[in-house]
Amino acid sequence: MRELDSARVTPFPAVATEARSRGLWRDALRRLAGNRLAMAGAAFVLLAAAVAAFAPLIDRYPPNRQDASASFEGPSGRHWLGTDQLGRDQYSRLVNGARVSLSVGILTQIVAVSFGLVVGVAAGLGFRTLDNLLMRFTDAVYAFPDLLFVILLVSVFREAVAGSATRTLVVMFVAIGLVSWPNIARLVRGQILSLRQQEFVRAAETLGASRLRVALVHLLPNTLGPVIVTATFGIPAAIFAEAGLAFIGLGLPPPTPSWGRLVADGYDAITSHSNLVLAPALAIATLMMAFTFLGDGLRDALDPRLAAREPRVRALPVRAQHRLRKAA
Amino acid sequence: MTSYLIRRLLWLVPVLLFVAAITFVLMHSVPGGPWDRDKPLPPAAVEQLNRKYGLDQPLWEQFGRYLLGLLQGDLGVSYRQSDRPVAEVISGGIKVSATLGGLAMLVSAAVGVPLGVVAALRRNRALDYLSVSLATLGASTPNFILGIVLIVIFASTFHLLPTIGWGSWKQAIMPVLALSALPTAFLARITRASTLEVLQQDYVRTAWAKGLSVRAVVLRHVARNALIPVLTLAGPLAAALVTGSFIIESQFAIPGVGRAFVTAIFGRDYGVIMGVTLFYGLVVATANLAVDLAYAAADPRIRYR
Repeated sequence: MRELDSARVTPFPAVATEARSRGLWRDALRRLAGNRLAMAGAAFVLLAAAVAAFAPLIDRYPPNRQDASASFEGPSGRHWLGTDQLGRDQYSRLVNGARVSLSVGILTQIVAVSFGLVVGVAAGLGFRTLDNLLMRFTDAVYAFPDLLFVILLVSVFREAVAGSATRTLVVMFVAIGLVSWPNIARLVRGQILSLRQQEFVRAAETLGASRLRVALVHLLPNTLGPVIVTATFGIPAAIFAEAGLAFIGLGLPPPTPSWGRLVADGYDAITSHSNLVLAPALAIATLMMAFTFLGDGLRDALDPRLAAREPRVRALPVRAQHRLRKAA
Repeated sequence: MTSYLIRRLLWLVPVLLFVAAITFVLMHSVPGGPWDRDKPLPPAAVEQLNRKYGLDQPLWEQFGRYLLGLLQGDLGVSYRQSDRPVAEVISGGIKVSATLGGLAMLVSAAVGVPLGVVAALRRNRALDYLSVSLATLGASTPNFILGIVLIVIFASTFHLLPTIGWGSWKQAIMPVLALSALPTAFLARITRASTLEVLQQDYVRTAWAKGLSVRAVVLRHVARNALIPVLTLAGPLAAALVTGSFIIESQFAIPGVGRAFVTAIFGRDYGVIMGVTLFYGLVVATANLAVDLAYAAADPRIRYR
């Protein structure tokens, strides 16, 4: 009898329990899994990550081994993607180069997100002067043309690390990260400003939570969705930056294989052996596209309101569509 | 509004000062100097050159002198191009870079905007999917990689177009196409989104109900309103195109500001590095200001104080 009563009080018990078990993140994950393009993107990213992780196991030759007698060989059973001018196996170099592109893409965004979160949260704490100061600073960094600043930074510090591949890589993380953070800082601050107006934040403040506690416990977690989306879109931008730097001669010191360096090396032989430049070029473009698809999917999954803003109804009245078709 | 504009313009001064200071320090911390040659110059000559250009003085004094010159409109001289004034290097290069960027902007507006409108009108149809995939492809292919693909097709395989230089329309085709892919994709995306929103509006339904022709509704009522947010982004987009062609200019050997900057970086040509950075900083900051003003002009609800 008692059970019956409680059932009457909550008219849709099944729905209620389901709603309780579904968190925001799990919900987003489910929406993401239903997005085919995003899943294809994620699959390629995982593939690239696996290739990067197991590069020494799946390459067929040491990536830097030269063979003067095998210069510019076409693709064959021995050299799947041919060899470059120095007779190095292009497939092995491509596989090992994945490590650079992926780590540049992801680590620069970690730099950018940590910097952007600190500045954004600090600006959104509610201290006027601090906010003004930080935002003016962000604006000033924003006035730097991105690529110009990256070129400048890398040209300064790659000399200082004198040809060490690992340290040049660190220079790139920092340089590209340093131009990417203002986006995130602005985003976080904007989010925090609008969140501060919401009841749950007001409630926390009324209950006497400190500014820092409100910021870290109540505000920060709610900004993470958009931050993740922005960072995902930042990854292809960083991969592009690395490749571009290598292309104009500011990449990792030779002979370290990176996709950007492979493009730059292959570009010298573009008229005679275009296969050498096309393979790494397609690898870069595909990886960037995979991250873009994943970013699109994440955005739709994490902010269903955005997706829902696309009108559900047919865009044009049926009659107009007929007329449009006839006109075409 | 006027006071807002004045305040924003005044604010450019400290921003550019900040940009100048950072660049100055960074630039001078690169090892080596503008006199490095394959065959090293005798130390006495280097010393004399340093004295001539004031490079032997403390950094802050050099910076002070630079700012003083800047106030008088003097950007200094290029150490690598036999004392050619930096202002001349920039004004010579910007004609090329602006033409390149302007052409790319035209191409992307001519392709991207109609693509976005059509995609929205034919929402969730083959044409829509096609244009959305093209937009994603364009947005995620680096411009110089597109340049490579174009070179392989049009230069290596069919020998139709030259791969380097600037001056004839044939030389412009590949760099302009390569540079315009990203803005085309970007414009198509936002035009599509904004058109979809406009199609929802009551006045569009009214226009249909009045029995207006498809052409009249689409051109007069939909496209016009949908283009407002697109137009406000045109400024920064153009700025990004003009200031973002370092790699394309290097790839196709185009004598623009971007290539001048890359050359200057490798040659430690301090004057040119500073000049280009400040000039590009000014362009980007002005474009950012323009977009804020354009928003206010397009949307009467936005008021700046």
